[in-house]
Amino acid sequence: MSRLLQHIFGRLPIGWLQLRRKPGRFAAALTGVAFANVLVLVQLGIMNSMSVAAVKPYGFFEADIMISAEDANTLTEGGNVARQWMLQALADPDVAHGMGLFVGNVPWDRSGTDINLTTFGIDFSQPYFVSAHLQEDLTRLQVQNSVMIDRQARGLPRDEAAGIGPASPMSFEARDRTLTAVSTLSGGGGFGGDGYMLVSDQTFLSLFPGRSSAAPDHVLLRLRAGANVEATLDRLRASISEEGLRIRAYAVAEAEDLEHQKTRRPTGVVFGFGVLVGVLVGLVVIFQVLTTDVAEHLREYATLKAMGYNAPFFLGIVIEEAMVLGLLGFLPGLAAGTGILVFMAHVTALPFALTPLMVATVLAGTILFAILSGVVATRRLWFANPMDLL
Amino acid sequence: MEGPSFPDPVIDVAGLNHWFGSEETQRHVLRDLGFRLPRGGLTALIGASGSGKSTLLTILGGLRAVQHGSVRLLGEELNGVTPSKLSELRRRFGFIFQGHNLHGSLTARQNVMMGVKVKPNIADDLARDAAAHALELLGLGDRLDELPANLSGGQNQRVAVARALVGNPEIVLADEPTAALDRDSAMQVVCLLKRLGATRGTTTLLVTHDSRILERADAVLRLEDGSLLS
Repeated sequence: MSRLLQHIFGRLPIGWLQLRRKPGRFAAALTGVAFANVLVLVQLGIMNSMSVAAVKPYGFFEADIMISAEDANTLTEGGNVARQWMLQALADPDVAHGMGLFVGNVPWDRSGTDINLTTFGIDFSQPYFVSAHLQEDLTRLQVQNSVMIDRQARGLPRDEAAGIGPASPMSFEARDRTLTAVSTLSGGGGFGGDGYMLVSDQTFLSLFPGRSSAAPDHVLLRLRAGANVEATLDRLRASISEEGLRIRAYAVAEAEDLEHQKTRRPTGVVFGFGVLVGVLVGLVVIFQVLTTDVAEHLREYATLKAMGYNAPFFLGIVIEEAMVLGLLGFLPGLAAGTGILVFMAHVTALPFALTPLMVATVLAGTILFAILSGVVATRRLWFANPMDLL
Repeated sequence: MEGPSFPDPVIDVAGLNHWFGSEETQRHVLRDLGFRLPRGGLTALIGASGSGKSTLLTILGGLRAVQHGSVRLLGEELNGVTPSKLSELRRRFGFIFQGHNLHGSLTARQNVMMGVKVKPNIADDLARDAAAHALELLGLGDRLDELPANLSGGQNQRVAVARALVGNPEIVLADEPTAALDRDSAMQVVCLLKRLGATRGTTTLLVTHDSRILERADAVLRLEDGSLLS
């Protein structure tokens, strides 16, 4: 380590030697930095889980345009869309296919455990509306009451889910009907349900007798190859006369859903606040660690200043310490934070996880703030006469 | 070896006054001092405790700002000097503190190396060898890799002397450098300072109460209540 830092900084690695000299304090400083990182990483992981969970169902489908009711802020909420608008859209020369998407919540009492399955009803005869990995077993949904069930649903044992297949279907009771799971999909628990289920629109309507085939929750459209999405959207907005219908690109609908979950839903606001608190507490801890360290060595720095060493030299020492503390504190922080998230994911079946970008951002932020803290802590040194500090 | 060329006198002080505190608590610690020290000499600065010796020494070393008067070192005026110029000047001094003020995380050799590496473009190997040589000269050749905590007070003081001298300073300012040393070590340091004055033109001003050093000094400055007596 000494050689590496000497090579990097081209001088004695004073920062590292200072830290190493008092192992107890060094360990305490690293613990502080690690704790700060755990706080931020866990909060980010929780925040990220909401984003992942919110957009997860969008990944089940393939579409270019989605038509939704005015109050349909997310995929799973809002009013219905009259089927006639799908037919109207199909009159557009660039619209190749249209499908009504039905959404409802199916509670399953599994041996005393309530499992709420967010259920999508689709037209199994149009496989191009579902993602490629779901297409293989799609035709099996044509048998009434057949379903594809979420093998990662909260409350469904993994080994039991793994055994589900066309040759070994699993039957269960829900909404007074016997449903047969003939295949599985990969979803996972979200904040609005314990998992997902895919059924044919006919099965959906039998599960929800109050719903009508003429009024799906959303209309999905596929365009002809090479069609301009924006131009098609403009034409559809002009030709569909119902005021307030949301006619959006599918990707835009997904992004707006996520934004709504983050900024309008209490969970999103709470998680965002959690990240903010985590970052603030983390910053305070790192600032405290660096300022304490600099204060401990201020007299030694003053001696070096008296010998003719100048501000860039001390800045170099602070950067060196910040790098060592930031990096060595980050690694256990990352390990502990990841461990906590894995545990939480196991318990809740929520997709708690960190992205590489988050990890890199927290590492860079830790080192950067550690440097800033060190610079602030050494500001006395810049301007004071050495004898004022000796 | 020919010494560096700079104007005589090396230290030129005129009308120097210094105060501590402010308003009612203000104390006048240096009163209208004026003196000149030539190149290569060893001058002892003596006086009772609280007479202003250390304050004068730290002002000359650029460790305190000049409040009033003129202090010219190596031809440069310290009053109003810029921070960058002051750093540059400090690299040309060797300052031996009353307490050794060694860096506790660095070994004896590393501490002394800091006295060399403060000058630009000095290779690590050269600094390491110079530090080892300086410590050997002061009888610490076998303690190169010891931390200050593992050395005695006298040994640490000798490390501090080595650190101050290893960079071939043009001026050495020393605040009781031999106070923690036994007789032989103290004489060793004084002889070294005298030799540097003779061979390299190093000018030394040192605060001392040691009569043995006074006997070997080229000149003596006596401070009393902040005023110069001789």
